[in-house]
Amino acid sequence: MASEHPRANLQPLTLHIPEPKFRPGDAVDFADVDVPPAGEARRPDTADKASDFTDLAYTLVRVLDDDGNAVGPWDPKLSPDVLRRMLRSMALLRAFDERMFRAQRQGKTSFYMKALGEEAVAVAAAYALDYEDMCFPSYRQQGLLIARGWSLVDMMNQIYSNTADRLGGKQLPIMYSVKEAGFFSISGNLTTQYPQAVGWAMASAAKGDTRIAATWCGEGSTAEGDFHSACTFAAVYRAPVIFNVVNNQWAISSFSGFAGAEATTFAARAVGYGIAGLRVDGNDALAVYAATQWAAERARTNQGPTLIEHFTYRAEGHSTSDDPGQYRSEGEPNAWPLGDPIKRLKDHLIVIGEWDDERHAAQDKELAEQVKAAQKEAEKNGILGHGLHQPLESLFDGVFEELPWHLKEQRQQMLDEEAASGRPWDRKA
Amino acid sequence: MNMIQAINSAMDIIMTRDPDVIVMGEDVGYFGGVFRATAGLQAKHGKTRVFDTPITECGIIGVAVGMGAYGLRPVPEIQFADYIYPALDQLVSEAARLRYRSAGEFTSPITVRSPFGGGIFGGQTHSQSPEGLFTHMSGIKTVIPSTPYDAKGLLIAAIEDNDPTLFFEPKRIYNGPFDGYWDRPSQNWSKHPAGEVPTGYYKIELGKAKIVRAGEALTILAYGTMVHVCAAVVAEAGIDAEIVDLRTLVPLDIETIEASVKKTGRCMIVHEATRTSGFGAELSAIVQERCFYHLEAPIERVTGFDTPYPHSLEWAYFPGPVRIGEALKKIMKDA
Ligand SMILES: Cc1ncc(C[n+]2csc(CCOP(=O)(O)OP(=O)(O)O)c2C)c(N)n1
Repeated sequence: MASEHPRANLQPLTLHIPEPKFRPGDAVDFADVDVPPAGEARRPDTADKASDFTDLAYTLVRVLDDDGNAVGPWDPKLSPDVLRRMLRSMALLRAFDERMFRAQRQGKTSFYMKALGEEAVAVAAAYALDYEDMCFPSYRQQGLLIARGWSLVDMMNQIYSNTADRLGGKQLPIMYSVKEAGFFSISGNLTTQYPQAVGWAMASAAKGDTRIAATWCGEGSTAEGDFHSACTFAAVYRAPVIFNVVNNQWAISSFSGFAGAEATTFAARAVGYGIAGLRVDGNDALAVYAATQWAAERARTNQGPTLIEHFTYRAEGHSTSDDPGQYRSEGEPNAWPLGDPIKRLKDHLIVIGEWDDERHAAQDKELAEQVKAAQKEAEKNGILGHGLHQPLESLFDGVFEELPWHLKEQRQQMLDEEAASGRPWDRKA
Repeated sequence: MNMIQAINSAMDIIMTRDPDVIVMGEDVGYFGGVFRATAGLQAKHGKTRVFDTPITECGIIGVAVGMGAYGLRPVPEIQFADYIYPALDQLVSEAARLRYRSAGEFTSPITVRSPFGGGIFGGQTHSQSPEGLFTHMSGIKTVIPSTPYDAKGLLIAAIEDNDPTLFFEPKRIYNGPFDGYWDRPSQNWSKHPAGEVPTGYYKIELGKAKIVRAGEALTILAYGTMVHVCAAVVAEAGIDAEIVDLRTLVPLDIETIEASVKKTGRCMIVHEATRTSGFGAELSAIVQERCFYHLEAPIERVTGFDTPYPHSLEWAYFPGPVRIGEALKKIMKDA
């Protein structure tokens, strides 16, 4: 009984508030980040029970070693041609990000988000999936579209909200939607895509289809309730879905500890649901490819869902609205122990004699030109900084399939307003 | 002070006076919030009183309810009002009804701060005005300031209040009042009388509207950003309007509204939220019920459209000077 144990004799409780290792001004030392050697993790048969390989949720599947060799059972043994194409997609993504980031800084659009340092996560996964599989991305997987060969001009049109924007200027820049390329419409509300991906996968299974779904969210977003609902549904119905958690260490200014990283890994979230969990070196394109391919095979053979944690690092700010210098050490991006995903794949290609620095430099130059040309093309359709490009009345398109009376009335009101005065939406371009 | 500084000052002062007040939310700790509203609070008041949370709005509010049940006064931040929907159940079914269902054994003395409204090119997920959802639910108060001075006084009152309160911050006017013309130079709070904010403690009673401009020709009911847009339009049109800044939607200052409309005989209601079932519908019904025999013209509602907030077309969506001006012409037609 509480009354028999006077509380005065008990130790006061304390509240634990997680704190990242390094803050602005601190010297960075990532020596305690556990990076097991490449090639060490075992590769279970895709038909094995999830409970037989829970150890894989706590280690790091790695293929590329420090010398650029591909080692161990997870080596997907890709042809040099595929490796070169993957490298090219990653470099193209980086060039695209660089250019669009600058465009935002030049006032050509309102917002942009880079994937710097995480290029392998989306690009390698895209190569391992079928083009027909449906991706439910978050906002940092533009690499899926780039790897699937989607038009850069089309992406830029969306970023500029211009006349050729397939989304009619309705979405925030980078919130693409490209059904043709298996790329589901991005929501600004974190992790809502997770249960939706499960629903798509369940539908595919219910219809006896062969296509699977894959979805992505950040480690910070795994705290959202939607993440957990998705895991439950996927486990219950053995949905053919791949859950990707991109652990890039930071969620705006909050480090991964605020999503629970001090207690366990994100791949280990799978264990409690009875889902297969894999933790991979997210800066190792071959590891990402191999894990995705393995998870896809599980899904395609009705073994159910897999959750893959991609251990990586967000080298740039969260978005163009963010200044990471305010909350983390400047030294972090360069000290990150898993290196640069593009450099690692490039080094591997050089080691196997299929690439060299000159060709790489020439390719970078060519890609920069390609992006520049695409930008020129896109800007012919206008940039956000130059005012409106959509017909005013299109504001009401897409609320419903057909316009009800009250929206018709409001549309007329808006057009009357425009007639009453050119302000405030006079078109400049 | 600008509005962010005033809000920061309110939290700082109340935390100093009351050790039970704690501040929590995504990015509010070390970094001080994406709009910097909580900057410096963690360094001053400690990590157990100002801390980052996991990204789960439902968790943030649920945890705040538990903390409130213990006896703390949590001030959770929802980073953008657009992200309050995942927390709806905890707010509406739990926080708002705890006092009622426990016959007062438990209460939810929580104050949820959240930036809301558009006009910053935030697209459909960083621009919404969800206040009408909450005024529809009994047991929760809704406060919306329109100046730094009011923001500080109202926030202190909200935190000291024993009921759950939503404190929606019109982010378009964080740095200065806004006249509705997006392509004119921005104004600054330092040049506005309401930017003069005392550094010490003061509070503004919840449930009291403010007449920001006395007039005889018509009554304009507005709150947040729209107070400033209306004031600018009225000044430009040279109409002797009475502008009432509601400041709190629940509880609503019915005396001030009633007296004003009975005096002027005309009523225009302005908000940025979508029209259908918006708070303007409630205001319109109340005015009709209480002032019908004094009205000389139909009540006018000026609102956002019944569409999501479109990114590039946001100034066509925004109830700006033209929409307000047209409504003014209509309501004053037979004057
Ligand atoms: C429901 C919801 N809450 C909050 C936000 C604001 N927000 C946008 S991104 C972000 C951080 C997400 O971090 P993480 O999931 O780790 O992904 P990362 O940005 O690191 O790729 C937050 C809090 C949001 N968009 N949606």
